[in-house]
Amino acid sequence: MNAPLAHPKPRAVDNVIELEKVRVTFGTAKNAVTALAETSLRIDKGEFVALVGPSGCGKSTILKLVAGTLNATQGNVFVAGREIGAGAARIGMAFQNPTLLPWLNIRDNVMLPLKIVPPFKEAFRAKRKTEYRDRVEASLKQVGLGGFGDKFPWQLSGGMQQRASLCRALIHDPTLLLLDEPFGALDQFTREELWEIMQNLWIEKRPTVLLVTHDLKEAAYLASRICVMQARPGRIVDDSAVPFARPRTIDVSFEPDFVTLTQRLRQRIVAARAVQEIVS
Amino acid sequence: MSERLRRQVMSTACIIGFFVLWELLCLMFHVSDIVLPRPSQVLATLWTRFPAIWPHALQTLYTTMVGFGFGIAIGILLGMLIGSSKLAYDVAYPMLVGFSSIPKVAVVPIFVLWFGAGTVPAILTAMIMCIFPIVVNVATGLAATEPELQDVMKTLRATKLEILWNVGLPRTMPYFFASLKVAATLAFVGTVISETVASNRGIGNLMMIASSSFDVPLVFAGLFILAALGVGLYIVFSLIEARVTGWAVRSDSFAAGG
Repeated sequence: MNAPLAHPKPRAVDNVIELEKVRVTFGTAKNAVTALAETSLRIDKGEFVALVGPSGCGKSTILKLVAGTLNATQGNVFVAGREIGAGAARIGMAFQNPTLLPWLNIRDNVMLPLKIVPPFKEAFRAKRKTEYRDRVEASLKQVGLGGFGDKFPWQLSGGMQQRASLCRALIHDPTLLLLDEPFGALDQFTREELWEIMQNLWIEKRPTVLLVTHDLKEAAYLASRICVMQARPGRIVDDSAVPFARPRTIDVSFEPDFVTLTQRLRQRIVAARAVQEIVS
Repeated sequence: MSERLRRQVMSTACIIGFFVLWELLCLMFHVSDIVLPRPSQVLATLWTRFPAIWPHALQTLYTTMVGFGFGIAIGILLGMLIGSSKLAYDVAYPMLVGFSSIPKVAVVPIFVLWFGAGTVPAILTAMIMCIFPIVVNVATGLAATEPELQDVMKTLRATKLEILWNVGLPRTMPYFFASLKVAATLAFVGTVISETVASNRGIGNLMMIASSSFDVPLVFAGLFILAALGVGLYIVFSLIEARVTGWAVRSDSFAAGG
């Protein structure tokens, strides 16, 4: 761990996420793989940013840096104006897999953040059977899982587990929501349904969202800003705003502007992939 | 007759059949009860000398349970330490393997030297017998915890203790209970070894005295008692296991009851 000697400058809290010349390499000097070349990224409070790009381009690496499960080799990562690990930001995260705890039923799984995250954890014992229970029940109902609280994860289909894991990511009103392709494994209709739920939630509560996906339609439908990444070494090569008015419906995805945007992003990624193949 | 009931009837019949066969073979070949008593003789001995036997049985059960309890406590703590720290793993594992390779009979005299003959060495022997499988299983369970589940906790900024309590330990429970079933029977072995060598109470002592006076049916009565106690303890832990770790086998009764 190479802690910087100088005290980090205090950041404006408006920048919920700030990556400052961050580099991530794996392995030792000789076989080092650069997962993320020197990258800077700023995300403002309340933004919905999508990271898209070919696999292995470092999308998930950025997410892990922000989540605090991975340390940068070089550079600084600030979340809510503080260096990562210092706390402060209330983070909710949904993963590619549901990652529910198999020994807890759906209700207790969704309730988990309330047990861990302050200020909820202080009252957990007192409110577990009353207020928190109702809160979980309401959240489950919102994603169409009303009445499934007593079931165990293995008794639910993959799509239903993924819904429950979204509930878990949202139950503690996170100010920062990290989504690592949570809709990837779902069928198209479930996916679109959850997009809508996600969008409504964002409009209502305005958390800062960082979404990793390789579905361009998903990115353009949900995000207010899309960053395209390129692999080997991973870096951000395009950063564009998504202008469509909210709330967006699935119909918007058939409009010419939407199609033009996704086409352009697609070409960027295809070009990025071509470069990648020449390099390797 | 349901499939399950039929299986139970079949297995019970086979077990009873084993004892009946034993009885018949002894009768057919006129085996003396000094060599191998018939099950009926053993049962008769159990029945008629029950008042003399049961204080010993209680003593053995008590000693085993206390030793087993200490073994569980120390086993869990050591297992948690080994499973969550690389240094502890590197230091403790070779030592544990070495220690568990020592025949426990060889350790009893040392305990007797330190604490005198009687209950204490028996408790300690039972304890060291059952620590090893518990430690190994708890450590394995912790090491097998999926990193994804730990990441869920880390993004919530959970402390190490919270991760251990909410993910590590529940994840370890199936391993832990599997080890308890082995450890429970080993604890009886430990107790009886120690009682045989250095005690004037307990089933081990009873069998020692009985065999020195060629009271072979009484020796076998002692064996039967030990087997019954072992089976009883095994059943108790199987029942607890089914309640606590039903999720690991996705049992429907767990889902309904839990």
